Amino acid sequence: MIESSGNTGLVLNEPLLWEKAKKGRCGFSLPRRDVEPAPLDEDLTGEVPDFPDLSEVDVVRHYTRLSSWNFGVDTGMYPLGSCTMKYNPKSNEKQATLIGFAGAHPLLPLGLQQGALRLMSELEQFLAEITGMDAVTLQPSAGAQGELTGMLLIHAYHQSKGSPRSKIIVPDTAHGTNPASAALCGYQPISVKSNDQGILSVDAITEVMDEDTAGIMVTNPNTVGLFEEDIQKIAEVVHSKDGLVYCDGANMNAVMGIVRMSDLGVDVLHLNLHKTFSTPHGGGGPGSGPVCVKGFLEPFLPVPRVHKTEEGYMLSEDFPESIGKVHAFYGNFGVMVKAYSYILSMGPEDLRKASQLAVLNANYVKEMLKDVLHLAYDRPCMHECVFSDRFQKKQKITTLEMAKRLMDYGFHPPTIYFPLVVSGAIMIEPTETECKEEIDRFIEAVKSIVNEAEKEPQLVRKAPKKCKVRRLDETAAARHPCLAG
Amino acid sequence: MRYLPHTWEDIKSMLEVVGVESLDGLFSTVPEGCRLKEPLSLPEPITEWELNYRMAGLAASMGAPPEYRMFTGAGSYEHHIPASVSYLLSRSEFVTSYTPYQPEMSQGTLQGIYEYQTLTARLLGMEVANASLYDGASALAEALLMSIRITRRKQVAISTLIHPLYRQVVQTYFAPTGFSIIELPYLQNGKTDVSMLGALDDLAAVAVQSPNFFGCIEELMSIGHKAHESGALFVTAFTEPLAYGLLKNPGSQGADIACGEGQSLGIPQSFGGPGLGMLASRMKYVRNMPGRLVGETVDLDGKRGFVLTLATREQHIRREKATSNICTNNSLCALTVAMYMASLGGGGFRELSRINYDKCEYLKAQLKETGLEISFESPTFNEFVVEFPVDFEKTYARLLRKKIVEGIPLVSYYPELVRHYLLCVTETKTKEDVDTLVQEVTS
Repeated sequence: MIESSGNTGLVLNEPLLWEKAKKGRCGFSLPRRDVEPAPLDEDLTGEVPDFPDLSEVDVVRHYTRLSSWNFGVDTGMYPLGSCTMKYNPKSNEKQATLIGFAGAHPLLPLGLQQGALRLMSELEQFLAEITGMDAVTLQPSAGAQGELTGMLLIHAYHQSKGSPRSKIIVPDTAHGTNPASAALCGYQPISVKSNDQGILSVDAITEVMDEDTAGIMVTNPNTVGLFEEDIQKIAEVVHSKDGLVYCDGANMNAVMGIVRMSDLGVDVLHLNLHKTFSTPHGGGGPGSGPVCVKGFLEPFLPVPRVHKTEEGYMLSEDFPESIGKVHAFYGNFGVMVKAYSYILSMGPEDLRKASQLAVLNANYVKEMLKDVLHLAYDRPCMHECVFSDRFQKKQKITTLEMAKRLMDYGFHPPTIYFPLVVSGAIMIEPTETECKEEIDRFIEAVKSIVNEAEKEPQLVRKAPKKCKVRRLDETAAARHPCLAG
Repeated sequence: MRYLPHTWEDIKSMLEVVGVESLDGLFSTVPEGCRLKEPLSLPEPITEWELNYRMAGLAASMGAPPEYRMFTGAGSYEHHIPASVSYLLSRSEFVTSYTPYQPEMSQGTLQGIYEYQTLTARLLGMEVANASLYDGASALAEALLMSIRITRRKQVAISTLIHPLYRQVVQTYFAPTGFSIIELPYLQNGKTDVSMLGALDDLAAVAVQSPNFFGCIEELMSIGHKAHESGALFVTAFTEPLAYGLLKNPGSQGADIACGEGQSLGIPQSFGGPGLGMLASRMKYVRNMPGRLVGETVDLDGKRGFVLTLATREQHIRREKATSNICTNNSLCALTVAMYMASLGGGGFRELSRINYDKCEYLKAQLKETGLEISFESPTFNEFVVEFPVDFEKTYARLLRKKIVEGIPLVSYYPELVRHYLLCVTETKTKEDVDTLVQEVTS
């Protein structure tokens, strides 16, 4: 094993909250009682909740120790493909905690919400400019809700023309959320295979596109990290049957300032602020999934819409064709503050440069590793590259084992076994915020693991050995679910 | 740019390895016709310090506590958030990690969410809670879709006293599905009128919110019985889960699925989001649940550990047959709520809940004394509806100038409730704040 970032230190154990509790403790500065207790019907009164009693110190140590068992972008390289784990600037975090934002009630009188409305309005404009689309809603809470919103928009569009449709084309490389979102909207997803180059062919789309097909959900760059080169022709085919083109913008980090989705024939697009626009992922969320549309779909966008008038910013519900609402209020405003701060800090040139460097890093990794790992498609890639474990088959070493071994070297593993079209996929997205030295260390670690697979396969099979826990029994967890203590 | 680490030397040597001459050369697979010809028209970059000023300016134009005294709830509640909770949440190991797909490297998030699921299940009196959904509104929509999957029926009955904005979200989710929604009217006492339930068969779910949008506490047990008699699942929603520190929880009243918004438990209001979609149910329905679940297991040495489990319900495995399309959820917010519940403990949670109730009752009593009409007589938790006199708008505006926000008018949600306002009092208001409000209202 090469000398790597991965090392062992003192890992502290920590029990579950209720295992360390002691009745009578409290970790909260309880407010003073300055009014008399009011009577309450006994029939309404419930039991005291069965929560553990802990002091403030207990709580602080508990979560500090838990945090030390986690790995984040701030800890090290996190090349999780399709997730764009770029650095999350601290300045953005700070802005979101400003009391005027963090303490704002969503149903304030209009005069007291001008700052937030202005921020939302400007962010909408920025995202419209970056994508080339005409109008934006910030309401969806995450990418999948953005997809659902997009499907609802397409559904409302066909409905308004008096011809609702029942199917939608979804390539086999799509994220699982795509068919799931389409199905929620009542569409039957029609799966289309990508060609031997890893992209969609015009013929394959022409074959399935008909008058009962609402459109296509395409991810571009796609999930094997390739640009859909025939996207404009595909859009023409879809449009010729009055279908619409939906683009999953999860991979937008490859093309900011380089490609505008509007020019590709895209009608609806969702973005992930927690990917492309640097907001942190929080161990699974919250995210934000704005949806950008061409002008003819604007009447269908969720309400309320922010607009600027001479008297200031207003919220308007007056869109009779709107699909309604997908969030109780305006979406994840706290996340929007961070993305807005990011765009302002970067400016147009550095956004473009970020995409260029993200693509450079991925192509560099691809070139440096293609001798030791099987490259699924040996073509110039965008912001991520996809390998597989084919070369390691003879040693019977799998993608999963190599991924686990990477932890011992101090790296978060890439996305594995996705996309489904590549057997044993290893999908690496370095992002632009990793420097050459860190990427070189990662490359060395992968090479070292490949070498171990040949010479000392047991090391790989038994990995990880330096984490808080060893390989976990996921089968047992599913067979006998224990979901609460 | 400080977020972009590459020097020109790095770029040059990396381009050489890749075998292209320039950064633009990396995009050879992007057809010419797809490329943007001119630079993006966005503001030029600003420094960290310029950003601070700009954002401080925007934030300062907002009305927020402590400058403003808010007597507004309606689905977003002002509560004290301990510094310890905010501080712990800034641990970047929690903030900058992804969904815990690799459990050996994510035990912090996984144990934290397992504890959240446990405390949530206990709070709601349910057997199993998921790892989080987006917000209360989408949690309700998901709960109703879940009950449709379980019962294979296509119609749900929901109370008009469920948060009006939640009902709008449900309508949006249902619009393309062919499933239908029957709205249950409300009674003069501020509770849901369930008398029509007997005449409805083929219901997948009966859903009510308690405390409801008027703040009134619903008779869950009897509504639950009626729901079950018709073969429907009983779904209860909430916007203010702190209430269950004092009131009977949904599980004890027969709820099959309990869902709602967790913002009030330690999450900043943030102009409405991010909050936390909470969803819990009986164990027998777990395989129909939407969203992620964390379960306990052991590692190769038999040591306790936690993993994402029952993933065969989810979109990345089941694709169009998944129980939901949700992927990214509100994990960090779930962790916040767990920290908050752990900081309070059982006794503290009860005490805080009680103080909310008492302070709100105090305001109610004071307003009554001035001769104002409390619109609905049913018991409430920390908000209630009051009818103000004609031309109260002027008083409302005068109070605003004094930096007091006197609840929200209900007329835009319930056109029949002209001059009725929904007021909220939490522990953040002192007796003095309440007295000032009463004085101003009557002066």
